[in-house]
Amino acid sequence: MTLKTLWHRLGSPRWFYQISRPWIYVLGILALVLLVTGTVWGLVFAPMDYQQHDSFRIMYVHVPAAMVAQSAYIVMGFAGVLLLVWRMKLADMVLATVVPFGMSMTLLALVTGAVWGKPTWGAWWVWDARTTSMLVLLFLYFGLYALRQAIARPEAAARACAVLAVVGMINIPIIKYSVNFALTLHQKASFTLTEAPSMPPEMWLPLALNVLGIYCLFGANLLSRLRLEILRRERGTQWVRDLVLSGSA
Amino acid sequence: MGMIAAPTATSAPRLFWSQFQRELVSVVRSKEEALNPLLFLFLAISLFALGAGGDPEVLQNIAPAIIWVLVLLANMMSLEGLFRRDYEDGTLEQLILLAQPGFVPVLAKIAAQWCVSGLAMTLLAPIAGLILFLPSTVLPTLMITLLLGTPALSLLGAVGAALTVGLRRGGVLLAILVLPLYVPVLIFGSSAVIQHMDGIGTQAQIYWLMAITMISITLAPFLVHAALKISVEQ
Repeated sequence: MTLKTLWHRLGSPRWFYQISRPWIYVLGILALVLLVTGTVWGLVFAPMDYQQHDSFRIMYVHVPAAMVAQSAYIVMGFAGVLLLVWRMKLADMVLATVVPFGMSMTLLALVTGAVWGKPTWGAWWVWDARTTSMLVLLFLYFGLYALRQAIARPEAAARACAVLAVVGMINIPIIKYSVNFALTLHQKASFTLTEAPSMPPEMWLPLALNVLGIYCLFGANLLSRLRLEILRRERGTQWVRDLVLSGSA
Repeated sequence: MGMIAAPTATSAPRLFWSQFQRELVSVVRSKEEALNPLLFLFLAISLFALGAGGDPEVLQNIAPAIIWVLVLLANMMSLEGLFRRDYEDGTLEQLILLAQPGFVPVLAKIAAQWCVSGLAMTLLAPIAGLILFLPSTVLPTLMITLLLGTPALSLLGAVGAALTVGLRRGGVLLAILVLPLYVPVLIFGSSAVIQHMDGIGTQAQIYWLMAITMISITLAPFLVHAALKISVEQ
């Protein structure tokens, strides 16, 4: 299949519903295996940090949650562009379904950060660059959620959210830079794509597994929510009726 | 509001100018719309001073934060009415349908709003600074950062105002949508003033404020236009 036909087919929720079924299983099983392996390895078998002792182990939850929370917003920003420019129905549904996942991951990152901060920095909350930008991200998610709740007509709500998501996506790098400029206390990034990690492999491998695992979980969650949303919105159509009547939905 | 002369035949600069003048005239005729946010600014500053017990040292230390935060809030309040009346009497719909290119009258409206809010607050900032015991040597920095930062506030805020114009209780929602987007302007603006008080150079912040305003001028009018179309169709 060429890229162009794929592009056109993505415009059809029915086609997407049909091809996405196996992907939920693939991604779901991958997520389960990776997250269980990574978490058990990280929490039980990875060596202790010589400075932070066992408290560093919360990083195996904190870092993946923070990474996927930011990626989820970027996904929404791109979905917003797709919706505003090409009016792609599927993009509208992506916008509707990502918000709860992204919001909960941002909260998880903030809470685990606070739990880690208490023994390490001696305070639950510190106004440092990364925590602050995650907090602003949480507010951006709240904004999207509140806007969608406020507008009654679903199509209008989706396009309004798309505008807001695009503005937010353009703003995120500026927000990150600005808080970095003003406040800096955090650990440096545990993982970057450009540099070799400063940890031994027994420590960063479980983290890598968890990061991959949480992205698979994000994919599986997104797909299953999307499929539900497709069924809900297309409930008036013949193909959904046939699907439900045949009992294979 | 009077009818707009058929803008399809006008060039973009003329369209911009006539819309800009119309906005200013309507502000002058209904004064409270422009004055209320400014009154709020000074009222809230006084409340902060009273809350802090009038202690000059305390007030001086938090003055940059107080002034900048209240400017954000006051600006947001004046944005709430930016599209409201034109939305209610149908002018907005005509404007979006007729104007070519559509972002020009939008930009003109935002520019007029900035003149009566951001620009006015910049000019009044020395008074705010003096009430809060800011050293007079810092006042130029305060004014420059306000002059460069407030256009971005108006432009970003206009996106939120356009999204919420059709909603019955848009006020608090507007705050939730817009205030997180104001964070960079707040940080660069107030940190420039604080650093000037500490005797550190402030060029970096000033360049950043200019950059943010430039990005906002380039992108916001299109997004506001898109948002208005969504609100009008509802």
